[in-house]
Amino acid sequence: MNYKTDILIIGAGISGCSLARELSRFKADVAVIDRGNDLAEGATKANSGIVHAGYDAKPGSNKARLNVAGAQMFPALCELLGVPYRQAGALVIALNGQDRAMLEALLERGLKNGVQQLSILSREEALAMEPRLNPELVAAMSVPTSGIVSPYELAFAMADDAAINGVRFFLNREAAEVCRTEDGFRVTAGPDVFECRVLVNCAGASAAAIHNDLTGDSLEMIHRRGQYYLLDHAASDVFSRTIFQCPSAMGKGVLVSPTVHGNLLIGPTAEDIPDPLDTATTQEGLDNILLTAKKTWPELNVRANITNFSGVRAHLAADDFLVGPVTGCPGAFEAVGIESPGLSSAPAIGRELAGQIADYLALERKSRLNDYPVPPKPFREMTDEEKAEACRRNPEYGSVICRCEVVTEAEVRGAIRRPVGARTIDGVKRRTRAGMGRCQGGFCLPRVAAILAEELHCDLSDIRKDGSDSFLVTGPLADPEERKTV
Amino acid sequence: MIFQDKVDLIIVGAGPAGLAAAIAARESGVSSLLVLERENEPGGILRQCIHNGFGLHRFSEELTGPEYAWRDIVRARELDIPILCSTTVLSVSKDRKVSFVSKEAGFRSVQAGAVILAMGCRERPRGSLCTPGTRCAGIYSAGTAQRFVNLEGWMPGKRVVILGSGDIGLIMARRMKLQGAEVLACVEIMPYSSGLNRNIVQCLEDYRIPLYLEHTVTNIVGRDRLEKVTISRVDSNRRPIPGTEKDFDCDTLLLSCGLIPENELTRGIGVELSAATSGAVVTEKLETSVPGIFACGNVLHVHDLVDYVSEESFAAGHAAAAYLKAGAAAASAAPENRIHVTDGPGVRGTVPQLIDPDPEADIRLMFRPSGVFRNSTAVVKSGETILMKKKAMIFTPGEMVSLSLPAARLADVVNGSIELSIERN
Amino acid sequence: MEQMVTCICCPVGCRMTVTLNESGEFVSVTGNTCARGANYARQECTAPERMITAVIPVSGSPVPLSVKTEKPVPKALIFEIMKEIRALNVPLPVSIGQVVCPNVLNTGVNIIATRGLS
Repeated sequence: MNYKTDILIIGAGISGCSLARELSRFKADVAVIDRGNDLAEGATKANSGIVHAGYDAKPGSNKARLNVAGAQMFPALCELLGVPYRQAGALVIALNGQDRAMLEALLERGLKNGVQQLSILSREEALAMEPRLNPELVAAMSVPTSGIVSPYELAFAMADDAAINGVRFFLNREAAEVCRTEDGFRVTAGPDVFECRVLVNCAGASAAAIHNDLTGDSLEMIHRRGQYYLLDHAASDVFSRTIFQCPSAMGKGVLVSPTVHGNLLIGPTAEDIPDPLDTATTQEGLDNILLTAKKTWPELNVRANITNFSGVRAHLAADDFLVGPVTGCPGAFEAVGIESPGLSSAPAIGRELAGQIADYLALERKSRLNDYPVPPKPFREMTDEEKAEACRRNPEYGSVICRCEVVTEAEVRGAIRRPVGARTIDGVKRRTRAGMGRCQGGFCLPRVAAILAEELHCDLSDIRKDGSDSFLVTGPLADPEERKTV
Repeated sequence: MIFQDKVDLIIVGAGPAGLAAAIAARESGVSSLLVLERENEPGGILRQCIHNGFGLHRFSEELTGPEYAWRDIVRARELDIPILCSTTVLSVSKDRKVSFVSKEAGFRSVQAGAVILAMGCRERPRGSLCTPGTRCAGIYSAGTAQRFVNLEGWMPGKRVVILGSGDIGLIMARRMKLQGAEVLACVEIMPYSSGLNRNIVQCLEDYRIPLYLEHTVTNIVGRDRLEKVTISRVDSNRRPIPGTEKDFDCDTLLLSCGLIPENELTRGIGVELSAATSGAVVTEKLETSVPGIFACGNVLHVHDLVDYVSEESFAAGHAAAAYLKAGAAAASAAPENRIHVTDGPGVRGTVPQLIDPDPEADIRLMFRPSGVFRNSTAVVKSGETILMKKKAMIFTPGEMVSLSLPAARLADVVNGSIELSIERN
Repeated sequence: MEQMVTCICCPVGCRMTVTLNESGEFVSVTGNTCARGANYARQECTAPERMITAVIPVSGSPVPLSVKTEKPVPKALIFEIMKEIRALNVPLPVSIGQVVCPNVLNTGVNIIATRGLS
């Protein structure tokens, strides 16, 4: 197919979705393409889920400016979109004198970046706040404005909001060729060709390659993998805040943090790898996390581990985001090198780029928007009265699909029917938490697969776990040919 | 179905445990009871265990899982026991208020006089093994694969490696093979299989499927669907030995790495749980630390044989009926007078953990050996007094040991405690 | 001729050695610790038998039908019998115990349903 659009965004990660939502406020045709089989398939689905306060980035950098601006947008944005977010606060712990000096530097940097409420705590104050911390710590910096969020759920919500306001999403479309035309750009992606006046590069791991195609530059992307442990709810009360160690050249180090869903997250590692799609975990990486995290939490044990995963950050040697118009390439815009604090910055990145694009195309704002369909409160969080009412309204709430996380059939079907709905087992999992619990889908996977097949009017053998070749079953038990012979 | 706000007995789960408990309770005269089952038909895991080997002790014949379940289902029907299927219990309170949902009934809260927990167990998932690699499709617990094949009619894959040599893994090796898949290896981290010899012979050896003892999966490869697993030999600390890697090209990895009693509801009630069994701490009447709440079957401790699940659950049903009849006032011994049963050397997870000093019947003690012991004796002691002994040519972790301690022997208990151990002859 | 057999009668799992003469007839067994084991070894080396259980798809039912051989069948016939089972087309309804394939491969053994389907 040939598609014409005013604006084409390459990449449906957190930056692309944020931008799509902001652009949906303007009178323009907007399309988003992504190589994944779902939204948020890159770094967005596999990171720490921290809304950083903004003390870490170098003052004056894009990272510092967009982080602080973005983080301030989170409470209202997540409230509006019904995305799980909590300003849990954070502690950065110092384990020796050198770390202690680093805290002072971080505090000073934070003040310069405009971060509020930072303070240095004594060992005793820190231990009083988080009694499970390593008692050998010497001091800590308190960061009350640090938050935790479900990153992919934010991307889904922003995409849904964009979609009901006219943005079109095309999945399984990898931008194979990007070229300039007389009045814009032409992008070949899978079976389709997209022509647009404005092209926005939010392509995550592939963003440097697209940047180089457009500019002739030789920007180098460093693919930095981070591995994690995710522990069960049983470990959720260990820390009530995100606990960082002092940052190093490779990033913010290993953190131990509660998640918005009541799990405990430990990680990430920081390994530079050649293949950005290599999201495997390794024994060495997992061992390293434990070794390092024990400095934060000496009694650490991973008996309650429910899964390990890894994500790959798009790191630029210059150690800053490239955000804005592409130099020397009118009509092209970009968000390149969006690693940490990319999630925290995403709302600001979207708003800033949308403003620049609206100016470039002289776009008018829409006079009215379609209301965002705020997802109903999850069944597991409802009071008994609310549960009863939900079941009366929709009997499918009475059918529990995922035991561990208490997810109902109504919610699974709801996730599939969202504007940019789930099409895969993992898509349902990330939208509803079915399969996120301690049994890791052992019980609910066949049920979710059956509902997907029913909703999508297809066979169970057409259902995928995640990527386009991640089939669940190889076929029916009996070979139909064989059965006819008798 | 018309719901009442009050029911004498609620049984959570209509698998073999729940069915047996319900039958026993009804036969003991409980007229108002309700069985709640989350699946769309009763029978529990037996529905998908289509192989034979069930019921030898109880019925003196070898039945398949569905046939074994059918006998209890028929009996429950004869006794007019109401079983609500497709119904999920959301919570049970300490004062035995049970909240549940179903499409038909919506959200309900029913006050029960007594509750029997019979939710069964679930499989250990990959996450708990911390196996590195990718998170591709094609990695299933053996039970999930069994469900796909036996209850839904789908083949999960064509080239299979099995991690863990528990009985479900062995059974699935044969199932996959008989349905036309290649089964490349069965990999066991321990130096012995936890499965029955019969299954080793009839599920692996019959089909020349190699069993790799003291090996584990150390890498999982495949972006979308599984493409390869690496196995390695492990040392005596069960850590992989570098340089011993062996690759298998496969599209399916089945995990049969142990079962965990499913005690989320139990935890929510505030019932005391045992670290050794991951199930509730119970008395010889199968009563938990919360009066009027009983537990039986695999939710209490993972059994090897369904026959013993049924036996234990009959006992729970009778005990719940007696509890209802006597009223709370007639509760058994004051907690401080109870005899504590503890695990000694070679013994893990003895059930029950508490015994009334003046029990009505002999005590069934069950535990799992902590290792393989040849020519040894299971000993029940109190202080220096030996209460009973049972010799065996072999004790293995794969086979639960069941002892019947005569009630009269409790007269010799000192300091209110009993210890079980395995001693070499 | 000697043949090794692992006993399946109990958890001890004795490794037994069975001696057979030239025509494959049983001569003796060693390594067993009980008579049950000896009987098993003899049977296993001269005429091994197995139960077969399987499921077959049934049109009109989302749940396949579980079936079994009513009695053990010769081990050598497992795959051939599986082929017969896979080719079965059983109409609904089916009741538990119903014969779905009489005298499979002339073994004198019926294949029967182990559950009902309606």
